[in-house]
Amino acid sequence: MAVKKSEAALDPLFNNNPIALQVLGICSALAVTTKMETSVVMCAAVIAVLTLSNLTISLLRHQIPNSIRIIVQLTVIASLVIVTDQILKAYVFEISKQLSVFVGLIITNCIIMGRAEAFAMQNPPSLAILDGIGNGIGYSAILMVTAFLRELFGSGKLYGYSVLPTVSEGGWYLPNGLMLLSPAAFFIIGGLIWALRVYKPAQVEMDG
Amino acid sequence: MANRQATGYTLLFATAICIVCGILVSSFAVSLEDLQDENIALDKQKRVLEAVGLLQPGEPIDEAEVAERFAPIEPVLIDLASGEAVDGDTATFDQQRRARNPDTSTEAPDNLARVKRIPDRALLYEMRGDGGELETIVLPIEGLGLWGTLYGFLALDADTTTVHGITYYQHKETPGLGGEVDNPSWKEKWPGRRAFDDEGEVRLAVIKGFAGSAEEDPYEVDGLAGATITSNGVTNMLEFWLGENGFEPYLNRIRAEAN
Repeated sequence: MAVKKSEAALDPLFNNNPIALQVLGICSALAVTTKMETSVVMCAAVIAVLTLSNLTISLLRHQIPNSIRIIVQLTVIASLVIVTDQILKAYVFEISKQLSVFVGLIITNCIIMGRAEAFAMQNPPSLAILDGIGNGIGYSAILMVTAFLRELFGSGKLYGYSVLPTVSEGGWYLPNGLMLLSPAAFFIIGGLIWALRVYKPAQVEMDG
Repeated sequence: MANRQATGYTLLFATAICIVCGILVSSFAVSLEDLQDENIALDKQKRVLEAVGLLQPGEPIDEAEVAERFAPIEPVLIDLASGEAVDGDTATFDQQRRARNPDTSTEAPDNLARVKRIPDRALLYEMRGDGGELETIVLPIEGLGLWGTLYGFLALDADTTTVHGITYYQHKETPGLGGEVDNPSWKEKWPGRRAFDDEGEVRLAVIKGFAGSAEEDPYEVDGLAGATITSNGVTNMLEFWLGENGFEPYLNRIRAEAN
């Protein structure tokens, strides 16, 4: 199975998006997208972990004994996530407090183990890195669009700056409280998946 | 190349991975510890400011600004049993460590907050006005929630009864459920409630459902939906720390001094 470099990096954006098509990593997409600021940090953390785990697994792919490959992948991913969490706690403490357990839960984010097992185990490091970055950005794109809509309509702000002045601050915009609750993320992600499948009908799952 | 399916190779590989990952994780943890401790200390100061109302939740604020706003607030080390102020280094005081050490703590009687040991000393904060009169007292509180111990601050007005605010700086509660102890709109329910009734009994409790305004229901605060155990934990820790094993001697001293 030959994979082109450009495909490894670009496919996950629209053709094979981890959230929209593979429907992985939804849990964190619901939890951290009420504000763009927390989403950006979460996305950076996921991209870093995904890229490094893909690289590590790919480098070790000829050495990892088949019988314990899943637990080896998990050990590598867990270590990277703990290191990431430690770095966030040291440098962006406030945001890491808001992200609370969700940084730690990157360990269980199916995208990361999915890419390690499905891609990095079969492909050379250069491709694995691109695949990691591509999937990370594919995940981030959905997260950022969701966070953009939720923060804008939920609190009238973008990245913490007031865009639509809310009634409580003397403006005209009445914030939509639903946007700040988890179901809103479901609606938005559902809407995105629908839009993507109208644009690319090949992604529609066949009944049957 | 060694046989990748051999048991010996598998064991060797597993050991090597564990050692490498272990070294990686621990070296990061150790080298970043100082920075993290600084952040934790700063965060604690911010929660104190929040409890006394000098900082709005979510307001961006830097280290210098925190120090500036902290000016009217004085850390006070007290002897918990007598309530008297004692000398000591407030900067390095660690109440949790003191509570763990058998030499500086006593075993707590059975209590609902599940506090196991009571430290001999406690660090609280007194905020004074321009004329030096006591305005607000900030008491450290801790107690078991659902997943672990919650650590926070309860701020009382100088009358030692009216609640000024409550904040938590460390807990392990479920985000969205018990984690809502951090929700600013829940914390807004606290100011104006009364911690003690006229007989001096601790009455303040987090109830199931909704409480009225502070005037209608002075002793009750809205429960957190889906987090009964966390809500009860908050009630229990208030009862413990405002009671005889907690800050009652101190609060009695403040009341006596006011009269």
